Amino acid sequence: MKNQSNQLSKLLLGSLAALVLLLSSCGKANQGSASGALSGNAASKVYVAPGQYDEFYAFMSGGFSGQIAAYGLPSGRLLKVIPVFSVDPEKGYGFNEETKPLLNTSHGFIPWDDAHHPALSQTNGETDGRWIFINGNNTPRLARIDLTTFETAEILEIPNSGGNHSSPYLTQNTEYVVAGTRFSVPIPQKDVAISSYAENFKGALSFVKVEPNTGRMNIEFQVLMPALNFDLASSGKGPSHGWTFFTSYNSEMKNSLLEVNASQNDKDFVAAVNWKKAEEYLKAGKAKDFPANYMHNVYSDETHMATSTAMKSVKVLIPSECPGLVYLLPTPKSPHGVDVDPTGEYIVCSGKLSADITAHSFPKMLKAIEDKAFDGEVGGVPILKFESVLGGTVKEPGLGPLHTEFDGKGNAYTSFFISSEIVKWKVGTWEVIDRQPTYYSIGHLMVPGGNSMKPEGKYVVALNKITKDRYLPTGPELTQSAQLYSIDGDKMELLLDFPTIGEPHYAQGISASKIKPKSKQFFKLSENKHPYVTPTEKDAKVVREGNVVRVYMTTIRSHFMPDNIEGIRVGDKVYFHVTNLEQDFDVPHGFAVMGANNAELLIMPGQTETLLWEPKSVGVIPMYCTDFCSALHQEMQGYIRVSPAGSATALRWWLGDEKPVQ
Amino acid sequence: MKNSVLKLLALLLLFAWAGCSSDTPETTATDGPKPKSMLAEEADPLTNKGIGPVTSVEMSAAVDQAMADKGKVVYEKMCMACHKPTEKFIGPAPKGILDRRSPEWVMNMILNPEQMVKEDPIAKKLLMEFNGSPMANQNLTQDEARQVLEYFRTL
Repeated sequence: MKNQSNQLSKLLLGSLAALVLLLSSCGKANQGSASGALSGNAASKVYVAPGQYDEFYAFMSGGFSGQIAAYGLPSGRLLKVIPVFSVDPEKGYGFNEETKPLLNTSHGFIPWDDAHHPALSQTNGETDGRWIFINGNNTPRLARIDLTTFETAEILEIPNSGGNHSSPYLTQNTEYVVAGTRFSVPIPQKDVAISSYAENFKGALSFVKVEPNTGRMNIEFQVLMPALNFDLASSGKGPSHGWTFFTSYNSEMKNSLLEVNASQNDKDFVAAVNWKKAEEYLKAGKAKDFPANYMHNVYSDETHMATSTAMKSVKVLIPSECPGLVYLLPTPKSPHGVDVDPTGEYIVCSGKLSADITAHSFPKMLKAIEDKAFDGEVGGVPILKFESVLGGTVKEPGLGPLHTEFDGKGNAYTSFFISSEIVKWKVGTWEVIDRQPTYYSIGHLMVPGGNSMKPEGKYVVALNKITKDRYLPTGPELTQSAQLYSIDGDKMELLLDFPTIGEPHYAQGISASKIKPKSKQFFKLSENKHPYVTPTEKDAKVVREGNVVRVYMTTIRSHFMPDNIEGIRVGDKVYFHVTNLEQDFDVPHGFAVMGANNAELLIMPGQTETLLWEPKSVGVIPMYCTDFCSALHQEMQGYIRVSPAGSATALRWWLGDEKPVQ
Repeated sequence: MKNSVLKLLALLLLFAWAGCSSDTPETTATDGPKPKSMLAEEADPLTNKGIGPVTSVEMSAAVDQAMADKGKVVYEKMCMACHKPTEKFIGPAPKGILDRRSPEWVMNMILNPEQMVKEDPIAKKLLMEFNGSPMANQNLTQDEARQVLEYFRTL
């Protein structure tokens, strides 16, 4: 009985407390700030109310999906999948005639790649929200995405490369994006024994110049390095601006069972390239023209189409002929990530098999070069003495360090794959401050601006390699797992898990305010310079040139002009050049034809896109709008009559009133 | 005894909750101010200026032909996909529009169609009459809308 009354009074007290809480929260529901009992609640820190915006954009590499995914932070809401290296039938990317040239390479059209490291453009060491670059790892390429449209604007193939992994890692004013090869290969390619690796193979480090106004890329020069495997890169900033640092493995120069054979040496190398020196050598005519074969593909928002241009040579600098161009910094052991801190003083290197994190000192490196503190050379590239460049060591912080980001407050955050955690440490004192587990096996990590001179150190995102039991199971294949931690307090706090597409490697984050005001809402019809634009319904027509038929078609809510076409024949190549006449935000129209062997079109307001259709049999074929555009979207449809090859059916077209045979 | 205390608490909590929710007007079904009548026949079409950026339009007695010519170019580019000048198509024909509507209404319909079809009684009725086809906002400038209006005077 006593027990019961105790329980009762506890219940009473508890309920009263709940009552008080409820009453005191009256009228505060819309104030948005989480105060009182809600503070410390992770959910409230990632809650973005319906209709409200996220504070940051996050751009996650899509890994083997070949794309970039744009998310909002802190909510983890997916905003857009931006097609880059892989076709995307949802958007017609790589299927419509306008975007096919973007995926052209020296090997022909390639519908896929493996995209790893996005890099936001920077001005004065700060993200500026103009473009984001990303590397294609498999068939070496670099892409530039325009952040006014969130569309791929340019793809440049990288010749003399065997996998573009240490890329793009741009310089502090986006002077260059870099492209270090993962595989050394014979340059130029030739038919040689694989075992002649050390003798015949070279590793090219490409410096791709970015035109400051248009963003257009051009391979300015390549540095022909010995047969190392280049892994990641980081460009200097502030005092170290003018240098780019590349990690490498396989200093053993082996070509098989690298798991064992490339893990023998105690130290591998960070290659420090003085690109300002390289510019001097270029000016002095020291570069050699190497024949090469690569494609440069550029999309235009005026013509709404991409062009693909074959490029035939690159300028190459040979280190042994260019003293002072590049130095090797011994780094324990099989270094993966390399990250220059926001002050530009330290080059933080993570040896995958090392117990410690090694930070090289940029001022010490300059001194060592001046003092000629060399410890041999590899292929004409001087090796600096380890002790002479070492700036500091974080002792035994965890297992399997990979990458480091910074918060702008003197702290560094390093991911540890094997021990599955993020470790926070102090730059300069090298002491570990905090650690938090990740679920599971983190690869890259990202603080918005965390690789720039001005990090926005509010959150860190863990990009995990293993998902296991974090979400409802979906058969053997699982989505990838990202995790958001707040880092504005002393202790990191796990706030949110959210799934990502493909396998995100690196990511980038930026204040939404740097992108949102510049986001394009639609394309102006008056500026449409597509060669097959139909600027008004009056201009709609169907033109036959032999077996090529061009349909100049328009869309507006909710009809096509024309929506009835006759006189198409089996064996024709029919190009539907569809112009969306809408001039308002968020009114795309879709276009699909039964039996087309490609995909839909998804045409933004003011844009023209082209679908190729090759009818194979006689009949009357439906077409329709695929993107719900208005109450009468379902009625946005039409017919195309297909007659036998050689038929005399007159070519005519109409909307509404049938046009008589002419 | 225990049960009745629990019931009382439950009631209190419910009461508190209800008290909270009634603070938010959008969840209150009763006692709100009655919405203004939106019946089209109650609005005089020639005095109704519509809703939007245009509150008054100055028009000379004679048509400004230069302005009308400019308006024709804009109209043919931006409007013709749905409005034929003299016959009903996806939307109504603009011929004689100023006998039926105020010039301000016409310009507001061009410049602010989303709000007009939601809130203006005539525009609401027209939306239903024309099969729910939305009037597309073609993002004309106010000058362009004024030129189109002048062109309508020539039809």
